[in-house]
Amino acid sequence: MTAPLIEVRDLVKEYPATTAVAGVSFRVPEGVCFGLLGPNGAGKTTTVEIMEGILPPTAGEVRYRGEPLGPRFREEAGILFQKTALQDFLTVRQSIALFRGLYHQGLDVDAVIRLCALEKLAGRDRRKLSGGQEQRLLLAIALVNDPAVLFLDEPTTGLDPQARRNFWELVQSIKAQRKTILLTTHYMEEAELLCDEIVIMDRGRIVAQGPPRQLLHEHFAEVLLELPRQEFPETARALPLKILDASDRVEITTDDIESTLRTLLAARVPLGRLRIRPANLEDLFLELTGRELRP
Amino acid sequence: MIRRLASVLHARNLEFLRDRGTLAFTVLLPVMLVIGMGLVFGGPERPLFKVGVLATHIDYGSHPFLHERYVEFIALPHEAEAVHKLTHQQIDLLVDLSGVPRYWVNTDSPKGYIAEKLLLAAVPAARRQSVSGAALRYIDWLFPGILGMNMMFSCLFGVGYVVLRYRKSGFLKRLHATPLTAFEFLSAQVLSRLGLILIVTALLYAGIGAIIGFHNSGNLLLLVLLAVLGALSMIALGLTVAARFSSEELVGGLLNMLTWPMMLLSGIWFSLEGSPRWVQWVAHAFPLTHVLDAARAVMLDGAGLAQIAPNLLFLAATALAFLAFGAWSFRWRID
Repeated sequence: MTAPLIEVRDLVKEYPATTAVAGVSFRVPEGVCFGLLGPNGAGKTTTVEIMEGILPPTAGEVRYRGEPLGPRFREEAGILFQKTALQDFLTVRQSIALFRGLYHQGLDVDAVIRLCALEKLAGRDRRKLSGGQEQRLLLAIALVNDPAVLFLDEPTTGLDPQARRNFWELVQSIKAQRKTILLTTHYMEEAELLCDEIVIMDRGRIVAQGPPRQLLHEHFAEVLLELPRQEFPETARALPLKILDASDRVEITTDDIESTLRTLLAARVPLGRLRIRPANLEDLFLELTGRELRP
Repeated sequence: MIRRLASVLHARNLEFLRDRGTLAFTVLLPVMLVIGMGLVFGGPERPLFKVGVLATHIDYGSHPFLHERYVEFIALPHEAEAVHKLTHQQIDLLVDLSGVPRYWVNTDSPKGYIAEKLLLAAVPAARRQSVSGAALRYIDWLFPGILGMNMMFSCLFGVGYVVLRYRKSGFLKRLHATPLTAFEFLSAQVLSRLGLILIVTALLYAGIGAIIGFHNSGNLLLLVLLAVLGALSMIALGLTVAARFSSEELVGGLLNMLTWPMMLLSGIWFSLEGSPRWVQWVAHAFPLTHVLDAARAVMLDGAGLAQIAPNLLFLAATALAFLAFGAWSFRWRID
């Protein structure tokens, strides 16, 4: 087994009123896009901030290339925080140049501007950027040192669908350079598209870990049948099926579609708007972290 | 409308009351100001005349003249320094009652003329020596104070609030994720503000000089060196205040707690000559006092490097100490 680029060992982070991370261990291999998923309050941002070296753990450690986090890690890591403010009154180019000046090695400012498609915005006051443009600027800043590992903490939260897809394309082009990416996200579509491996966290612990396809295969040998909730008779809930409520629909998981359909027809369940699909990461996420609203 | 207003008012009051540091300073600062003003300016009414006495301390029982009313007697152990003060009319008369009574009077001083009459009424045989010299114009004396005050506000509030804003916005957190060290960041802030302050101070010096004219007997380069060290010390002091806090109100309170005593005790507006010794001792803990003492020595008396070296050393040492403490206690993010 090759040595991981980053190794997280028995990480714990406690605050006076809560334990945000309760003993987390995983390895991030070099050259993969590694996803850290979980509901709000799962502890993923705390875990990532400890991995980034800006938050001290209560216990446990993070190693980069086999060493504790240190100057080499800071030189080689690129970070895009969930929320980042930049200095006022600087243009896009000046903001990138500011951060370029903090590293010994890295990319040329113009190269980063091109990489993140910011050519037309280079002279603009960064406060006048749209949400998607600002995320591209923050990504450019994260890439300015040509990082070996790139941390992206919920990078597309708040972006419109077009800006989000545009951002994904940028990340895919970075991924194509075999850079290691550590991505935290709420969007399962994003994780499914970008991640080679994922960790799902809940309540400060890891509840699943592995490549997305493998995890889906492990947890869902079946397919999903979806029916509108309002068309699903209450009497049918007593049928011997695995039935789950999901907002406006009812989901039935099964590995025998024909038998399930016969059961539903016998119970006079309307099947006019039936959808059959394979399980995806969102199903896995909900399966593992639950569907109820957290306090 | 009242309901909405009340809701916001209640929330703001809760926020304020729960920010204990700010609350403490909001209550304590005015109390401390009242106590401080009372200690410094309280007591009996100011006398009409200031008479220097060549002695290490005043023994009021040793001579009848020392019982004169409306005269403040100030012990001055060094004759040369005392005569210098008389020449600038910082005192109205200088007496030596230790042996054969003798005195010095400034023949250009109207108050000296009256004070001499008082002395001769009590000690007719006192031997007279005269000096001459115009009183300093208040503007000549005040001018370094104005420059120093402007420097102090720019150093303390300019840097302190900028660092606080960076921390609150998360910009410092982002910088923390780079190889940048706290010392490097703070040094950059210090140098940036230093350049600004030097330019502004030079413009004020030239502008006010051109408009009203003022007295400068000293070396301009020495004044520049003094301005550099003084500004460094006060900027670094501002950084120590902003090094770890995230509340504007708390930092504002702390900065006010520093600036008000400096405004009152560093000699911007008036000399602390004759104030209690402990007040003078406290005043000399402030960087601004050393800036103003040295600036006045250079500009009014033509003092050289050797004379103001203790002030320069104090400013250099405090600049380093404040910067080191600021770097040590620095917080990149809101805890």
